[in-house]
Amino acid sequence: MTLKTEPYVINIGPQHPSTHGVFRMRTTLDGEVVVDLEPIFGYLHRGIEKLAEERTYTGFIPLTDRLDYLSSMSNNLAYVLAVEKLARVLVPERAEYIRVIMAELQRVASHLIAVGSFLNDAGAFMTPIVYMIREREKILDLFEMVSGQRLTYNYMRVGGVSQDLPEEFLPALDNFLEQMPLYIDEYDQLLAENEILLARSKGVGVLNKETAVNVSAGGPVLRASGVKWDIRKADPYSIYDRFEFDIPTGTNGDCYDRYWVRVQEMRQSLRIIEQAKAQITSGPVRSEVPHLIRPPVGEAYGHIEAPKGELGFYLVSDNSIAPYRCHIRAPSLLNLTALRDMIKGWKVADLILIFGSIDICMGEIDR
Amino acid sequence: MTVALTGFNVAPQITKQFPDAVVEANDRAVVVKSGLLFKVAQYLKNTPGLAFDYLNHISAVDYYDYFELVYYLVSIEYNHSLVLKTRCDRNKPAVPSAVSLWRGADYQEREIYDLMGITFEGHPNLKRIALWAGYKGHPLRKDYLE
Repeated sequence: MTLKTEPYVINIGPQHPSTHGVFRMRTTLDGEVVVDLEPIFGYLHRGIEKLAEERTYTGFIPLTDRLDYLSSMSNNLAYVLAVEKLARVLVPERAEYIRVIMAELQRVASHLIAVGSFLNDAGAFMTPIVYMIREREKILDLFEMVSGQRLTYNYMRVGGVSQDLPEEFLPALDNFLEQMPLYIDEYDQLLAENEILLARSKGVGVLNKETAVNVSAGGPVLRASGVKWDIRKADPYSIYDRFEFDIPTGTNGDCYDRYWVRVQEMRQSLRIIEQAKAQITSGPVRSEVPHLIRPPVGEAYGHIEAPKGELGFYLVSDNSIAPYRCHIRAPSLLNLTALRDMIKGWKVADLILIFGSIDICMGEIDR
Repeated sequence: MTVALTGFNVAPQITKQFPDAVVEANDRAVVVKSGLLFKVAQYLKNTPGLAFDYLNHISAVDYYDYFELVYYLVSIEYNHSLVLKTRCDRNKPAVPSAVSLWRGADYQEREIYDLMGITFEGHPNLKRIALWAGYKGHPLRKDYLE
């Protein structure tokens, strides 16, 4: 006797611990197997692109903090780079080094949360993420020293950064750079060859190379699929051409590779910070920029390799004090396009894991 | 370093293939007719030597008289980029969808449809994305009033 079964539709989210924010997945299931999935979002839409049109160029910087709130420094950097391109502003050398140090610290902090919550989704409930939050706190302490904030830093300015590093920053950074590689070794010991993690994530949620490029995926998601594409190397901005570092790439494009790429990227970021710290020069940290910037009529696209992928700001100026149009190329939104390809044919428990491996932030998807 | 191809670099090649497609070519972008957008995009994606396999982003700008759509294309193979633009009438804004070429266009076109009110012909699932169904108006338009 054969049983006749029918697919049924089930909602996951918007309020659900595994959705990392207010995000809804309308899944079609055949038994426990996911047949189809439609992501539904917009619950956090604040109209940031429209708000930009009513603010001065400098006044928009605090709002960029609220895009991907786990990597505010990177958002600041991408935005000020776009404005500097548009208004043709030069940045002092010391400020460039400070920016690189901050952006790379931010990458480590963001990847710690990404990896930690990925393992949470895998069922390693709370232990790994608490370890990783412990290390992230140390980075937040460093950020607090320079900006006074622990989440929304509002630190970068058009033409530099808001203030110089305080006296205690570099010794504290030394301390951090000494400890952090040991902590990453600890994660590797605990996780990299952990049988349960391997069984749950190896070969699960595969995204092949062609699809990854076609859906405009970026960052660790793209690189885990074997595409060696990193804006820091492909189109170096700021002073990234002065540092030596590798781009870790995966081979299978599965959940494990995305995890592995993130861990390796943390090591590479520490390498960049070491070099930046050794090369940093003294001098001003901000060039002379008028309070109300009026860029010439035109347009510019400034982009960086943010922790989650390529983050870009497309700005159009009409020579007034506010942007005429500000479009944000949010990496999480485009990475999310790949979710449906990764998920088909896997079970609901894997769905949570695969979704966690993309590492999204609703703040920048909904904007 | 990503080489930014200008309109001057690419316009002759496009004109050779589609004689009346190019409206304007400048040092930043190439502007094509909206009716031929899909064919030009297909040509840019599939021609060896150009091979724009990666759609970086799509953006739309409201210039009161018309809408301008900005396609930022990248070739990962050759590490070069191109800004492809098209303009559409403000009274009946519609352009062909690029989803069948680059699936990365899916959510971005829905977002532009939602916030700017431009219809993408041939999009498989064109509906609002950030705002709810039944919402009146398109907030990113310059003449939008709450």
